[in-house]
Amino acid sequence: MKAARSASDLTAVAARIPYAVYLGLRIELDEEGVLARLPFRSDLVGNVALPALHGGVVGAFLELTALFQMLASARDARNPKPINFNVNFLRSAGPHESLARARVVKHGRRIANVEVVAWQGDRAKPVASGFGNFLL
Amino acid sequence: MKEPDFALRDFFGERRQELISHIPHAVELGMKVEEAGARRALLRIPRGERLLGAASRGVVFGGVITTLLDQVGGTAVMCSQRDLTAIATIDLRIDYMRPSTPGRDLLGYAECYRLTRNVAFVKSRAFHDGEFDDPFAISLSTYMLASSAAAPGVVKALEAGRSGKRRADKPQ
Repeated sequence: MKAARSASDLTAVAARIPYAVYLGLRIELDEEGVLARLPFRSDLVGNVALPALHGGVVGAFLELTALFQMLASARDARNPKPINFNVNFLRSAGPHESLARARVVKHGRRIANVEVVAWQGDRAKPVASGFGNFLL
Repeated sequence: MKEPDFALRDFFGERRQELISHIPHAVELGMKVEEAGARRALLRIPRGERLLGAASRGVVFGGVITTLLDQVGGTAVMCSQRDLTAIATIDLRIDYMRPSTPGRDLLGYAECYRLTRNVAFVKSRAFHDGEFDDPFAISLSTYMLASSAAAPGVVKALEAGRSGKRRADKPQ
């Protein structure tokens, strides 16, 4: 994938999103596209018994990944605004690093549609998937 | 028709904060249970710099609203149950009608409008104080209900809270 922005551009953007900084989000860029990482932290937990990440943290992680993939894919995607976002919770996200990748399904003039998958350890066993439509 | 006896009725009043006080991320965000009642809940996330999408614009990042609506939805489901079971979100769909207003607290209101044996169905909205009829986000979500035999720690934590009160009430 020929990126519209470099890994360091994306990291700089991430550093300016307070919520991304708070979650501890890390953005990497490779030939496949953006790889987002979310290290585990105990204050991100929703269910202490399992333990499992809070569903909202997983959702936010998916949404952030989608945002960064849009920024990586297209120079004109400066400030995409979410219109809607759907999250499917597939497996409990345990006390491990989470990873995610997104794919811009359609990048139109005004709307982009992006799908995202998050996993821990085994990409074939995702913890969550989602998609969103964004106003460009 | 008589209302069923809700398992968490004891937490509908003064003790409502205990519905989420065992949830680290909710506590971390300073979430407050404003109201809890039959099949419904109202939660607040106080405004904060670290919740923002872009420091300059002051608008909260969408994912924070996801967290608020997921939590208030789950709490509404807990407040619908006759028998306390653990719950897990199946899916969550959010429509963002407009950005949230900078510098204001976030409120989330959820109603569990249908409870079947296995699944709970929830409608919720995110809005600012005084603007219940003008939400900035609307959501539908579904939750899986665990069998009561499972009784994971979160269920035990709430029951420990209830029995703690009973122990305190017993004469020493």
